[in-house]
Amino acid sequence: MAVRAGATSRILSRSSVVGARSVSSCWRSVEPAPKDPILGVTEAFLADPSPGKVNVGVGAYRDDNGKPVVLECVREAERRIAGNLNMEYLPMGGSVKMVEETLKLAYGEDSEFIKDKRIAAVQALSGTGACRLFADFQKRFCPESQIYIPVPTWANHHNIWRDAHVPQRTYHYYHPESKGLDFAALMDDIKNAPNGSFFLLHACAHNPTGVDPSEDQWREISYQFKVKGHFPFFDMAYQGFASGDPERDAKSIRIFLEDSHAIGIAQSYAKNMGLYGQRVGCLSVLCEDEKQAIAVKSQLQQLARPMYSNPPLHGAVIVSTILSNPDLKSLWLKEVKVMADRIIGMRTALRENLEKLGSPLSWKHITEQIGMFCYSGMTPEQVDRLTKEYHIYMTRNGRISMAGVTTGNVGYLANAINMVTKSS
Amino acid sequence: MNPRRSSSSPPSPSDRRLSALARHLSPPSESGSSGGGGVISRSLASSSSLAGGGGGSVFSHVSRAPEDPILGVTVAFNKDPSPVKLNLGVGAYRTEEGKPLVLNVVRRAEQQLINDRARVKEYLPIVGLAEFNKFSAKLILGADSPAILENRVTTVQCLSGTGSLRVGGEFLARHYHQHTIYIPKPTWGNHPKVFTLAGLSVKYYRYYDPATRGLDFQGLLEDLGSAPLGAVVLLHACAHNPTGVDPTLQQWEQIRQLIRSRRLLPFFDSAYQGFASGSLDADAQPIRSFVADGGECLVAQSYAKNMGLYGERVGALSIVCRTADVASRVESQLKLVIRPMYSNPPIHGASIVAAILRDREMYNEWTIELKAMADRIISMRHQLFDALRARGTPGDWSHIIKQIGMFTFTGLNSQQVAFMTKEYHIYMTSDGRISMAGLSSRTVPHLADAIHAAVTRVV
Repeated sequence: MAVRAGATSRILSRSSVVGARSVSSCWRSVEPAPKDPILGVTEAFLADPSPGKVNVGVGAYRDDNGKPVVLECVREAERRIAGNLNMEYLPMGGSVKMVEETLKLAYGEDSEFIKDKRIAAVQALSGTGACRLFADFQKRFCPESQIYIPVPTWANHHNIWRDAHVPQRTYHYYHPESKGLDFAALMDDIKNAPNGSFFLLHACAHNPTGVDPSEDQWREISYQFKVKGHFPFFDMAYQGFASGDPERDAKSIRIFLEDSHAIGIAQSYAKNMGLYGQRVGCLSVLCEDEKQAIAVKSQLQQLARPMYSNPPLHGAVIVSTILSNPDLKSLWLKEVKVMADRIIGMRTALRENLEKLGSPLSWKHITEQIGMFCYSGMTPEQVDRLTKEYHIYMTRNGRISMAGVTTGNVGYLANAINMVTKSS
Repeated sequence: MNPRRSSSSPPSPSDRRLSALARHLSPPSESGSSGGGGVISRSLASSSSLAGGGGGSVFSHVSRAPEDPILGVTVAFNKDPSPVKLNLGVGAYRTEEGKPLVLNVVRRAEQQLINDRARVKEYLPIVGLAEFNKFSAKLILGADSPAILENRVTTVQCLSGTGSLRVGGEFLARHYHQHTIYIPKPTWGNHPKVFTLAGLSVKYYRYYDPATRGLDFQGLLEDLGSAPLGAVVLLHACAHNPTGVDPTLQQWEQIRQLIRSRRLLPFFDSAYQGFASGSLDADAQPIRSFVADGGECLVAQSYAKNMGLYGERVGALSIVCRTADVASRVESQLKLVIRPMYSNPPIHGASIVAAILRDREMYNEWTIELKAMADRIISMRHQLFDALRARGTPGDWSHIIKQIGMFTFTGLNSQQVAFMTKEYHIYMTSDGRISMAGLSSRTVPHLADAIHAAVTRVV
C-alpha cells in the first residue's frame, strides 16, 4: 500500500512538473480571427461620444425614435404562452405547427404543394441556419455541385457554403453605374453556367443593394432556369418587410412555382416579426411527391441532429401563435406594413432632402431600391469622411440601413452625404 | 466585374416578353405544347424536352433515413392502448405523476422577462449572452477557479450540449493538430455523428463492463494509454449516458494523470451537473480537478436537464486555455465557426438561466428543486432494487443503486426487452437502458414484475 502510495505521489509530482514545464498551449499558434466588418461598425458607433451620432450600419429595424421594436402581436403572443408551455424537446424537424404556417406564407395559403404534401420542411435557426442546413444537404446529396452566389451578397452567404464545403461561383447582379440590376450580364451568367447548377437568389429586398428584379425580369430568369435545369434556392429574409405586403414580396417564388421549378427556400422571422435573437426560421425543399418529401425531410433532420439536436421552442411558439390566430395575424400584417412604410417614407425623405440641397448626383436609386438597405454608391473614402467628420456610421461598401434613418436625423444625414459627394 | 452592356439602354418589358415568347416558339423541338397563343408558363410546365426540367428533382435519389431508435420507442409507446404501459425510453425528467416538469424558479424567471417591458429581442453577440457565459463558467468550474480569475477561460453560449460539442469539435478540427477523438463504449448515440460531421475521426475506448455492469477500468486505462499522444478524449463529466456508471474519485485521479502524461486533450460533456448526486459542486469535481492541474480542456455544458430547459436549447462551451491571450484568440476563432452555422444563439433560454443564476434567492431555490429531482431518481433506484430483492429475482441487481443519474443499464438483453414490451407494455431501448425518470412509486412494482418474468422465462 505504502509503495503504491509512493508511486502515486511520484506520478502526481511528475505530471504536475510536466504541467508546469510545458507552458505552451494546445492552441499557441491560433491566429486572432479578423473582426466581423458589420459588428465593428456598431462597436465604433457605441464608443463615439458625439451627441449627434447616427448609426445606419445596423441591420435591425428601428422606430422613428431610433429604438428597437418588439411588435405588439409578439408581446401578446408571449403573454398567451407564458406559464403554459412545458419545455419539452421539439422534434428534430421543429414545431410542426410553425412550419405549416410558415409554408403558407411562402407557397401560398392554398398551395397545391402543401395540400399534396410535396414540401420537405424543417424549422431552422433563422435564415442563417436554414441556408446552412441546405448547404450541408446539398453537399451530402449533390457532392459534385457548386453554388452560384450574386455579387454582391450578404457576406455570411460565402461563409455558409464554404463551411459546408460547397465550391462557390459568382454571378453578375449589381450594376454600379446605374445602381440597379445588371440584368443582361445576369442572364448571360445563367445561360453560361453548366446545366443543373445551383443558384442562390434573394427572393426580395436584396441584401446589401436593395435592388430586385422586376416581375418581368423574374419571369425571364425563371424561364432561363427552366431551359438550363438550374436549381433555384431562395433566401427570403424580408417577406412583408420589403413592400409591406407578404404576398407581393413572395412574387418571385410564386413565379418559379408556376413554372414548375422544384425550389428550396430559407425563411426568416428575424426582421418581419422582429424576432431577431430568438432565431426562428424554416428550410423547405419542394419535392416530386409526398414520398420524396418524407425522405428529404428525414435527411434534413439527420443533418440537424448532430448540429443542435432540435431547434429552440420559444420563438417557434410565438410564430405559430401569431399566425394561427386570426386576430394576431391581422395585427402582425398591420405592424409589418407600418415598418415597411416607415422605411419607404425615409427613402423618399432622404432622396428629397438630397435633391433639395442641389446635389449634382442622381439619387433616384434611393427610392428605386427596396427593403432595409440602400446601396448609396459612395466610396469607402467618402464613408470614412462621413464617419470622421459627421459621426455617421455605416459599412464601407456604402450600404445605408434605412432602418437607422429617422425624421430626426434624415436632414443631417442628407447634408453630410451631400457634403462628401458633391465634388465627385 | 465588367457589366458588358452598360452603355445601351435595357430592353423594355414588352421587348423582353416578345423575345422570350419568340425563343419559346422558334425551334420545333422545344414546343411540345399548345401553340403560339399559349401562356408561357403553361407551355413551360408541359414541355418535357427542356434540359433538366420536366419535373425531375435533383434530389430524387435521396433515400429515407432510418428512424431514430429512441424516438421509435416513444412512437410505439404512444400507439399502445394498454392502461399499464410504461415509457422508460424518454430521456427527460418526469414527476411522480409521470408529467414533464417546469421548475418553479424557471416560471418565475419567465414571468420577470414578460413583465419587463424594456426587454428587446435584438441579436445576441455571436458568442451569446455575456452574463450567461460568465455565470456558466463559474457554475461548472467554481467561482474561485484560478482559470477564471486569470482570464484563461473562453465561454461561448451554444445550443445546449449538442451545439456545444459540435462547435468545440469544429474548432478542434480546424485548430488542433490531432484530429482523433476517443469516445467511451458505449456512449450517447449522437456523439459519433456530432464529431464526425465536425471533421474529427472517432475511435472508442473501453468503458462499460457487462460482466460487472460497472466500469471496465483496466480496459479504459489500456485504451487511453495506447492512444496517440495529444488525441482528444471525450469524458462524461458525471452520470454517464447510457450506463449510469461513473469512475470513483480515485479512478478519476488516475485517469487525469494518464491523460496529462500522454498530453491527451480532455473534452468534458457535462449534461447532468447537479442532477446526478443532487450537488452541483460534487458533480463538477472531476472537471475541477483537471482544471486545477493547470492544463487545458474543453467543457460542453447543458441546462436541458438540470434546469428543465430542454426545448430552449441552452448550453455553453468553455475552453480552458493556458493563458488569457490564447483564450482571447481562441474565442475569436470560435466566432468564425458559429457565424456560418446560425450567426448567434437563441436569447430566451439563456435569459432565463442568467436571471436565475444572478439572483441569490432564485439560485438557492433552483438548487433545492434540482436536489428534489435527483433525490426522486435515487429513490426510484432504491425502490426498484428493493422490489427485485423482495421478489427473489435471480441475479445481482446492486448496479441499479450503484449507477447514477437518469439512466440504468439493466443488463437485460434485447430478447428480454422485447418480452417485457410485449407482455408487460414496458417501453425501453433494446440495449436494456431504462430511464429512471419515467418511473414512479406506483409503477415500480409493475416494472419489477416484468424484469422478474423476463429474467426467469427468457434467456
